[in-house]
Amino acid sequence: MTMNRRDALKSVVLMMGGTMVGATAILTGCSPDKQIEGLNFGPDDIAFLDELGDTIIPETDTPGAKAVGIGSFIVMMVKDTYNADQQKAFVDGLNMIRKEFKSEKGTDFVGAPAEDRLAYLNGLYEQYKTSENKEPQVINMLRDLTVLGYFSSEIGATQALNYVEVPGRYDGCIDYNKGDKAYAIG
Amino acid sequence: MANQSYDAIVVGSGISGGWAAKELTEKGLKVLLLERGPNVEHVKDYKTATLPPWEVPHRGRRTQEMLENHPNLRRDYVLNELNLDWWAHESDSPYVEEKPFTWFRGYQVGGRSLLWGRQSYRLADVDFEANAKEGIAVDWPIRYKDLAPWYSYVEKFAGISGNKDGLDILPDGEFMPPMPMNCVEKDAAERIKAHYKGARHWIMGRPANITQPLPGRVGCQYRNKCSLGCPFGGYFSTQASTLPAAVATGNLTLRPWSIVRRLIYDKDTQKATGVEVLDAETNQTVEYDAKIIFLCASAFNSTAILMRTATDIWPGGLGSSSGELGHNVMDHHFRLGARGTIDGYEDKYYFGRRPTGLYIPRFRNLNGEKRDYLRGFGYQGGASRSGWNRDVAELNFGAPMKEALTEPGPWSIGFTAFGEILPYHDNHIRLSDSVKDKWGMEALVMNAEIKENEKNMRKDMMADAAEMLEVAGFKDVQTYDSGYTFGQGIHEMGTARMGRDPKSSVLNGNNQVWDAKNVFVTDGAAMTSAAAQNPSLTYMAMTARAAAFAVEELKKRNL
Repeated sequence: MTMNRRDALKSVVLMMGGTMVGATAILTGCSPDKQIEGLNFGPDDIAFLDELGDTIIPETDTPGAKAVGIGSFIVMMVKDTYNADQQKAFVDGLNMIRKEFKSEKGTDFVGAPAEDRLAYLNGLYEQYKTSENKEPQVINMLRDLTVLGYFSSEIGATQALNYVEVPGRYDGCIDYNKGDKAYAIG
Repeated sequence: MANQSYDAIVVGSGISGGWAAKELTEKGLKVLLLERGPNVEHVKDYKTATLPPWEVPHRGRRTQEMLENHPNLRRDYVLNELNLDWWAHESDSPYVEEKPFTWFRGYQVGGRSLLWGRQSYRLADVDFEANAKEGIAVDWPIRYKDLAPWYSYVEKFAGISGNKDGLDILPDGEFMPPMPMNCVEKDAAERIKAHYKGARHWIMGRPANITQPLPGRVGCQYRNKCSLGCPFGGYFSTQASTLPAAVATGNLTLRPWSIVRRLIYDKDTQKATGVEVLDAETNQTVEYDAKIIFLCASAFNSTAILMRTATDIWPGGLGSSSGELGHNVMDHHFRLGARGTIDGYEDKYYFGRRPTGLYIPRFRNLNGEKRDYLRGFGYQGGASRSGWNRDVAELNFGAPMKEALTEPGPWSIGFTAFGEILPYHDNHIRLSDSVKDKWGMEALVMNAEIKENEKNMRKDMMADAAEMLEVAGFKDVQTYDSGYTFGQGIHEMGTARMGRDPKSSVLNGNNQVWDAKNVFVTDGAAMTSAAAQNPSLTYMAMTARAAAFAVEELKKRNL
């Protein structure tokens, strides 16, 4: 079995004779981060999710996920549509990301350079895609809810995509030019 | 106090009941239309029909609360946060699954006509003759020629779009112009035609979506949101089509919240004299009298009403003297087929959201072919380009993924097979002696399963789909079988079948109950066999035909 990041870090910590919590303190020089408990997402947590979402779908020539309030959307979806196991996997995963990012990069995810955030999340997603049992689930949950929340938002549907509310006709065969936007509703 | 009296009572306001109400009122009868659930007013009550995606609370996803409250509905795609009110409240109206059974019910004015798939196909001679030729169950008492003029009649009024394909297996109708195929579908259909030399056909679906205006109806706007109700009257529903026509006569009384418990039967005249109604809001019992009664309450509920009727004479209820009431439950078994992808059309796209796909009519066990099963199956499906919800395997996060998802994805195609289920006597429903609904009425017990014939058919249903996709030029062809539980087709049929003999059928060739000639059953309960086609158009035609017959008989004082 391949070693995941957390295990790798643990090994280093063990070699250094410390503990996980101690390692965080050593690496970052400050006290352990706060953790989300249950489903109590505070303003900081929503800001954190906004940054995670904006890393997955950043601002380009159209606004990014933060602009559509992706953090609040994700919290609502996790509370309403996830079952208890999924909720636990999501919250534990989020806590893991917060802590591990800081351990690795020495700074909070929020406020870290965009390249670092992207590299970190891409690494997690690679790990998810290549791992046998699809871990950590949280990164796929973040991807899924960010993509859903963004492209079905007013900004996503009308600016990033081509939103036609009432087509009024069906043309079965039209030319498509590379770069033309897809329809917002399939 | 004397009961309120009408010329006719129609029980149920869905596809069949709406037609009965229209036909009978237009012929001058005073009609009481009873619906067990609330009223749904055309346009005004389509509350979610024009919501943009960003105003859909969970963007179409299912909440834990929805899953908990809808243990039955959650088994399929139909569970949708935007039309939850249009499906029967499951804990109020329980049923017993002696064998696994999925029952999707629409308890409101319009019934499932608001929610249906709208595919509208005629049955053919081969379908009406099959039971007799193969010695299965009993013979249909009618043939295609008996129903053909009525198919034409209902098609013209309901508005069916489609292409005249000239196929014996799927007779043409009175169509509005068809919706077009997209580029991929068009080319694939040509390749199929060439390869199978006219023995298999990929044709445009024939939906009850109008491509030209009809009175009071603008026509399809290609939004593909039919199941939320259409403010444009783009598809056939009771609300858009038959109800306004019935109301316009001045002869209709519509009474929502009226659950019919049983018919009132008079053994001296051997006729029903009226209905016993439980008011779902007040729990009061009310009786109404009528000269004729049309049961259009959906197959199983029409049968349940018969089962509760005249039990002092027949313990199994009105129509049970045949030994067939509640038996021969049918549906269409499906949820399997194949999908594939295709290259070379990256520079092609389409505009609008077409509310239908392609249809592949039955091609098995025809022209002398004999498979290891009887009857056959058809397919529904189509090709499209994937959207932003696709997986972009090669890309991780950030701008490149975002940009990729703002463009349409690869083309893919999929077909799902719908197979005929034979009428087996031991596939049955009956009234529970222990479980009751919110109003104290016996719940139904479901005991039905597919058997060897259907299981053998499923092998072809899957393999033929894959073969045709490969022939049509698709690659990465994969078959799938998502499993089928009885009822999932939402095409419940049988339980009060038509026949030629009162000893082996509940209804005669005019949909009259043999044991009470002023009672007509014209919904799915009447079906003697299922065929492979979507059945609603046949209910419309049977209903209009039976209504014309009933009025003639009334005039002749035969009822």
